[in-house]
This record gives sequence, structure tokens and C-alpha cells, in this order.
Amino acid sequence: MFDVFAINRWQYYRELLVQLIIYILVLLVSAVFIWLLFDLTRGGLAHLSWEFLTESPRDAGRAGGIGSILVSTLLILLVALFVAVPLAWTTAALLSEFVPTTSQFGMTVRFSLQVLAGVPSIVFGLFGNAFFSIYLGLGFSILSGGLTLACMLLPILVSTAEAGLRAVPQSYRLSAAALGLSRTATLFQLLLPAAAPTLAAGLLLGIGRAVAETAALLFTSGYVDRMPGSLLDSGRALALHIFDLSMNVPGGDTPAYASALVLVVLLLSINIMAMKLAYGLQRKRIMSV
Amino acid sequence: MNPDQGKAVQTDCECDDAYTLGPLQMGPPCCDPEPVIQVEDLSLQYSGKTALQKVTLDIYRGCITALIGPSGCGKTSFLSAINRLTDLIPACQVDGRIRVDGRDIYDSACNVQALRRQIGMVFQKPAPFPLSIRRNITLPLREHGITQRLTVESITEQVLRDVGLWNEVCDRMDTAALSLSGGQQQRLCIARALALSPQILLMDEPCSALDPIASGVVEDLISRLSGHYTIVIVTHNLAQARRIANYAAFFWVKERAGQLVEFGHCRDIFESPTHELTAAYVNGIRG
Repeated sequence: MFDVFAINRWQYYRELLVQLIIYILVLLVSAVFIWLLFDLTRGGLAHLSWEFLTESPRDAGRAGGIGSILVSTLLILLVALFVAVPLAWTTAALLSEFVPTTSQFGMTVRFSLQVLAGVPSIVFGLFGNAFFSIYLGLGFSILSGGLTLACMLLPILVSTAEAGLRAVPQSYRLSAAALGLSRTATLFQLLLPAAAPTLAAGLLLGIGRAVAETAALLFTSGYVDRMPGSLLDSGRALALHIFDLSMNVPGGDTPAYASALVLVVLLLSINIMAMKLAYGLQRKRIMSV
Repeated sequence: MNPDQGKAVQTDCECDDAYTLGPLQMGPPCCDPEPVIQVEDLSLQYSGKTALQKVTLDIYRGCITALIGPSGCGKTSFLSAINRLTDLIPACQVDGRIRVDGRDIYDSACNVQALRRQIGMVFQKPAPFPLSIRRNITLPLREHGITQRLTVESITEQVLRDVGLWNEVCDRMDTAALSLSGGQQQRLCIARALALSPQILLMDEPCSALDPIASGVVEDLISRLSGHYTIVIVTHNLAQARRIANYAAFFWVKERAGQLVEFGHCRDIFESPTHELTAAYVNGIRG
């Protein structure tokens, strides 16, 4: 007779064990982040000040601040997003809405983007140097750095946006078509708003990658740590600054710590902000006229 | 403070039960058999597999035509061929001819968007857009060039009254359509289709995802719409088909392809079917 009240001990301990392992692994992952944040705070918080954030570096970064570095980073990021986002989102819309999934064209585009996503960033840097800096004559400039980053961001932006659009239920497309809405109207009025959270998440990933990029900017936007006067000036990105301080500048450890702390806090706040923004947008879209 | 006071203030807009389509008529009057949709030798294939084989059928103006038959016999495919929704399905091939008001809709000169405006469709699963209740109706209107605010508002109110939803939602037009109940969502979808003042309404099992009460409300609505619109409805509910339809078409699967077995007056199909398959199906012996 099968006793429903009998406790199977082995099953009970196994459940417990699996739960325990999962908890420990999750804790481990979080611990890495917390330890990193703790270490950065310990090493860099004392050095942080308003002057550090606004002044230009002096004595190869040992003194002064990171004001000009922040401006260069922002400019590079803006150039990259300005070029990459429209390109990527239109490509994604084309791939998911206007081209059959199995078409040769779609497959080719998708395959090339996948290959592009796997290319190491140093290769992008060399390509950017050869193409934007030398061939197009942009030199070591924020513009060539931004354009190189745009190439790097394309795969991630396209794939997230395409996945987001594909995740929108087919019933919306059918209903919209049955009401005689054009494909363009359907895309702009229904599909893109419905996919907005995913688009925002992809944008975030892109921004995160762009802000943290070092190797691709080494040969394209250059080392110059002065305040940039135009997009054609060379400008040093934050991640590159950290790399330079810790590898090439003896006695640059403390400013390196402080810069890294700024970078991580920046990434964190961009993440939180964009998440809130996407949520708010979606709510507003549903609630308002 | 009396908790009811707040409510009273909220519903100060004109919420009442008035229908604009007039009272419910049971057993709609039989109409003149004037064909509005003429289907000739319609065959439909999905990636080379035949789903529908040589269907020839006339749909009459102002009548309700019910399509009945077991699952997989091509009723829904037939419906989506009429408003060319089959265009959206990859590898779907349509042969034969469908004429609406005498014009071939598979002609390259046919404006598909205008066609779909003329032929509304309601799906099996209620599919309101993830927008506000109001925008669900105004979005298609605006896309079809009806942008004047007063016109848009009066059409919105009219169609919501037509489907009996006005008094339920008039004080919360700007809340999410997805917050409505299933039956309300389906009526909103019908209202959305009616807002474009189509001539023909295609309904793909509009009641099958609803509970009996909501289903009854939608069924009454469909009866009320007859005479004003030409309705083609797919239903698995034979009793429902018998209650509301003027004509019925019976589909069956032969050699893995859907075929039209019998078409005629609803009463004839149910009471004196000429084909033995029809008799077996409507009497619940097969299918």
C-alpha cells in the first residue's frame, strides 16, 4: 500500500541540497559584484571630490581630475549612439517585420551580425584606425572613436531589438492588418511601443559596453587628456584613462581607483534610470490617450 | 463619509443602456439572396499542403452565414482568404477567385487596406491592443483619415453603445483595454471593427474563449447586427449556429484537405440535410 504521509527522506534531502547549491551560487555571483564595489569604494572614495570630477588631469593623471575625460567619454558615446541606434533599429524592423524569416537576405544579414558580435574589440580598434583615422582622414579623434564604437554596438542593438519585436504577439499584427492598418502604422503605433522595454534594455547593454570600451578606442580616439574642443580633437575615454593610470603611470593607483569608481557608479545609474524610463513609457502609453 | 458618494461623482457622464441598433430581434428576417461575396474554386495551400480544396460559395448581403465543421477543415483559412489576411502567412498560396461586390480581391489593383476596412474581422481570442480602451478604437479611425475630434468621439460612443459596452466603460475610457474581462475585450474588438463601418464582418469563433454568459451577450449582439452587416461566422457551437444564422455551410476534411460539403438555408442544413455527412455531423453522430 502506498502511504501518502510517509516522508521520502532521500527526496527531502535532495530538494534541500539543490536549493542550497542554487542559493550559494547566486550569492557567489552577487558577492563578486559586491566585493568589486567595496574594493573600489575603499580605494577611491577618499580621492573623490567635486574638483576631481571637474578638473582636467595634471601630471599624467596623478593630480587634477577627470573632467575632460568625462566630457570625451560622453562625446564618444553620443557619436556612437547617434550613428548606431537608427541604423540598428531600422535593420531590426526590416529583419523582423518586412523580410521572411527564412529568406536568404535575412539569414545573410543575421549571420554577418553574429560574426561581427564575436570579433574582439582590438580588431575593431585596428579597423577603425585603418578606415576612419587613416583612410577617411579623421585622425585620432572623438569622431573616429565614436564611429568605431558604433560598428561594435550594431550587433547587440540589432539582435536585442529584433528579439523584442519578434516577442510581440502575432495577434497584434493580425488584428492590425484586419483593421486595414498599414505595416508602417502597425510598426510605429503598436509594435515599437510594445517592444520599448526590450529596446531600452538593448540600448542599456550597448551604452554599458560603449562606456566600458578600451581597446577599440586605443587606436581611434587616442590618448590626449585635454578638454576636447571639437569632435575632430582626440579625447581620452574613461576606461582608457583607468588603463593608462594603472599600467603606465607609477603612483597613479589612487586616481585609477577613483576613476573606476566613477565608471561603475555611472554604469549603475544609467541602468537604473533607463529601466525606470522604459517602465514609465510603457505605462504612459497604455494609460493616456 | 458615505463610501457611495465618490462613486456617484465618477459616473456623472451619460452612461445608459440605450442601444443604437434597436431591440433584439429573435430569428432575423430572411433576406433577399443577393450575393455580396462570390467565392469560385477557392483552393488554399500552406507550404504545398492543401488546406482547402475547390470551394465555391456565395455569401448573401445582410445575412448571417455560419461555417460549421470539425477542426482543421479549413473554415478559418476560408475566412482569412476573404480579407486577404492570408497575405501575412508565409508560404500560403491562394488559388481561385473571390469577388466582393463583383470585384476580384486578388487582383493586383485591389487596395488591400481599403478592402480590410470594408471587411472587418473578429478573432477567436480577444486581441485588444495594449493601449487604452479609447485608443483601441481611435487608432484605426485616425489611420483611415478620420481625425476630426468630434467625429471620432461620436463614432467611439456609437460603436461602444452598439456592442453594449458603453455603460460599462464610459467612465474609464483611458484605462488599459487589457484590464477588461474576456467578454468585454471581445466586445471591444467587435466595436473596434464596427468603428470603420465595414460592410462585412468575419467572425472566427468569437464566443469560444468566453464563458456562457459573456458568450450569450456576444451572441445577442451578433443577432442585433444582422441586417445591418453581412456576417460570416465560424462556430463550433451548433446550437448557436442554428439560433443566429440564416445560411450555413458545412465543411469536412477529405483526403486531408478541407472541402465544402453542403451549403444552404440554416434550417435545411439542420433539419433536412441532403448529404449524409452533414446529417451525421449536425446530429452529433460524427465530428
